[in-house]
Amino acid sequence: MFGYYLDLALRSLKRNKALTVLMVLAIALGIGASMTTLTVLHVLSGDPLPGKSGQLYYPQIDPQDIRGMDPSKEPPEQVTLIDGLNLLRAGRADHQALMSGGSVPVQPEQSSLDPFYVEARYTTADFFAMFDAPFLYGHGWTAADGEAKAREVVIARSLNDKLFGGANSVGRTLRMAGTSFRVVGVLDSWQPNPHFYDLNTGSYAYGEQVFLPLQTMLELRLDRNGSSDCWGNGGGGVGNILPSNDCVWLQFWVQLDSPAKAAAYKEFLVHYSQDQKALGRFQRAPNVRLRNVMQWLDYQMVVPDDVRLQTALAFGFLLVCLVNTVGLMLAKFMRRAAELGVRRALGASRRALFAQLLIESGVIGLVGGIGGLLLAMFGLWLVRQRPSAYAALAHLDLSMLFTTFVLALCATLLAGLLPAWRACQVTPALQLKSN
Amino acid sequence: MDILPILSTLRRHKLTSWLLILEIALTCAIVCNAVFLIGQRLQRMDMPSGVAEHELLQIQVADVMPPSNPYTRLAEDLAVLRQVPGVLSVASSNQVPFGSSSSNGNIMLDPTQRERTLNAGTYFGENLAQTLGTRLVSGRDLQPDDFVDVDTAMKALGTGDSKGLPHVTLITRTLAERLWPGQNPLGRIIYLAPEVGLRVVGVLDSLARANAYDAAKAQYTMVVPLRMGANKDQSYLIRTRPEDRASVMAAALAALKKADPQRVVTTQRSFDEVRRKFFQDDRAMAGMLVGVIAALLIVTALGIVGLASFWVAQRRRTIGVRRALGATRRNILNYFQTENFLLATIGIALGMVLAYGINLFLMLHYELPRLPAVYFPVGAIVLWLIGQVAVLGPALRAAAVPPVVATRSV
Repeated sequence: MFGYYLDLALRSLKRNKALTVLMVLAIALGIGASMTTLTVLHVLSGDPLPGKSGQLYYPQIDPQDIRGMDPSKEPPEQVTLIDGLNLLRAGRADHQALMSGGSVPVQPEQSSLDPFYVEARYTTADFFAMFDAPFLYGHGWTAADGEAKAREVVIARSLNDKLFGGANSVGRTLRMAGTSFRVVGVLDSWQPNPHFYDLNTGSYAYGEQVFLPLQTMLELRLDRNGSSDCWGNGGGGVGNILPSNDCVWLQFWVQLDSPAKAAAYKEFLVHYSQDQKALGRFQRAPNVRLRNVMQWLDYQMVVPDDVRLQTALAFGFLLVCLVNTVGLMLAKFMRRAAELGVRRALGASRRALFAQLLIESGVIGLVGGIGGLLLAMFGLWLVRQRPSAYAALAHLDLSMLFTTFVLALCATLLAGLLPAWRACQVTPALQLKSN
Repeated sequence: MDILPILSTLRRHKLTSWLLILEIALTCAIVCNAVFLIGQRLQRMDMPSGVAEHELLQIQVADVMPPSNPYTRLAEDLAVLRQVPGVLSVASSNQVPFGSSSSNGNIMLDPTQRERTLNAGTYFGENLAQTLGTRLVSGRDLQPDDFVDVDTAMKALGTGDSKGLPHVTLITRTLAERLWPGQNPLGRIIYLAPEVGLRVVGVLDSLARANAYDAAKAQYTMVVPLRMGANKDQSYLIRTRPEDRASVMAAALAALKKADPQRVVTTQRSFDEVRRKFFQDDRAMAGMLVGVIAALLIVTALGIVGLASFWVAQRRRTIGVRRALGATRRNILNYFQTENFLLATIGIALGMVLAYGINLFLMLHYELPRLPAVYFPVGAIVLWLIGQVAVLGPALRAAAVPPVVATRSV
């Protein structure tokens, strides 16, 4: 029966070519627009470290002075150097890393290359294990090396390709900012999106080329990038002057493998705040937060508002396209009331008619879906031409491909339901008599 | 034109009519809001910077090795740039209006107040107002002896010694009006920290901050007499004639490179590029909205054409009977036009309500202002026109139906 209905549907669609094209085009445009924007939204709100992000937490404590205190307010979004080092050395989590962003000048040995600046991350030893950063060669530095301000560096694969022709460069020397560093590891291509561990340096499509021990950076006073917030008489953070201890400017991440450990860590943060208050460093009552990666990204509202707006707009457009298609299909099915009446009179059940009409709308949905997919690919190509930082990430993945087809089919079947049901209500006798 | 027969016909196509009305209503609601959003974006992109935009160049250089004395280094660089032919004025600044990185401070009017009054952009640099081309409306410009080295100031801040701190500032007219409405701001004190009181000595006409995301606060800026050393975050600003920009930029870069071949130029752009980059997302959004509006109107128009064609084909016999009974072609044409007008009117009325609802939602979630009433009649006229244009073809086809059809049985 399915083959016969399909044949009937194709015949009917061929009879009104312009109308069929119009319906297919409307569906395709609607699907194309909504899938383009939905894919961008999906990419931007994705999990940067699937499987791991639930165990990574971003502790926040409140070291600010009493001025402007309001217990309902959120604590600062970064930590001071002294608190960061205290929490790091307390070592209460399974892994912990203190970090800041920056940029350093690389002075290649080859005379053919001019010095150039690369993005840098100054961090502590656990960073690589905690964030599952994949090593191509070598490994990270040890905690002891970090504390000893070792002149050691981990470089990204792209920099390794540029400077060492992609060879295993572990043990080689890299000159940066007038200092010689020993390469201890080369990271394979690695760029979590969003750049969750430090959103100040750019949320998307941002990756560091070199990773240096934080203590080494503090000693050498390397250039820092990112935001610093000060209170009271806090200052600094300009040129080579480090922000003072009344300024938050570092990110501190911990890995806590179970919810129980997370609860215990939060307890620890409260105790730490109380201790610091007793010591006279903190003035405020403990005000702590402990968010995991996805909660942190959500709180930081990392997905641009414009992207949400565009998605809503595209779905509004899809809705108009669907209403359009429902209207046209209804008109078309009603026009065939006489034919349907004859089929009913000859013994076809309502269910059979309904199935036949649904297959007709399903064909439109399928063709519209394929058209929509092509349009979505074109739309994503257009998005990639845009100058936004996230533009380069706009690619269709398998799950979105599947979603496109499900969306197209569901949308059109849904759109076909109402007209098909309405057309099945025809009274055979009335239709046969009227002519 | 008699409306009653049209209504009674539509009553027989209730579902289809309502679908068309719904489509028009949705289109109307989305288009009204989209046009409004475009207007908002265009208005934002027009935000004044307060500086001589077509005459400014920005250069940032970074040293591979930190200079032994960043202050003399900066002074030397500025001297080098001043020698470049075509350069009218030179300054260094920690930020530029609409730039990518910003420096801001929390302002208080009383050192003991618990809450900050507001957050303002803080410009540091010598000769800034003159080079940027922002006009001084009252008071005086900053003088060389107002300036303090930033290292000295930071040390003074740490020790609580007010000697090494700056004591005066320039503020914009907007900031002055916000802090002391209707009063003379000259001589009043702004506190950046409890120990850092700055006396207002001059008022600038206009100067936008670097992170001008909120139009209402974009002009909350002040210039503080802090002398910065050469570092990668400092910008060299060059004022020149618009037609000399390219040649001056090339010559300035060459001169800086000649002074120290080891350094790396990290930024080189005209202020036009600064503005273009800052507002690029707004431009892209406006472009997308135009595309959506066009697509919506086309789909709706084609939907109307399709549906009207159906109705015309379905009513061929009825039309033939009417023609045979004496109706003119014009009557038939008017019939379909009026029918479309009626449907469009109901759709537009519903669409207005929906547009208002969407706007309320957007106001809640995206901090947009209320949709001005002028968008409603404009949206209505656009949709009426689209409806009439779309229905014209099918209506003409209907008018062309000969009366003889009435005598044929289908």
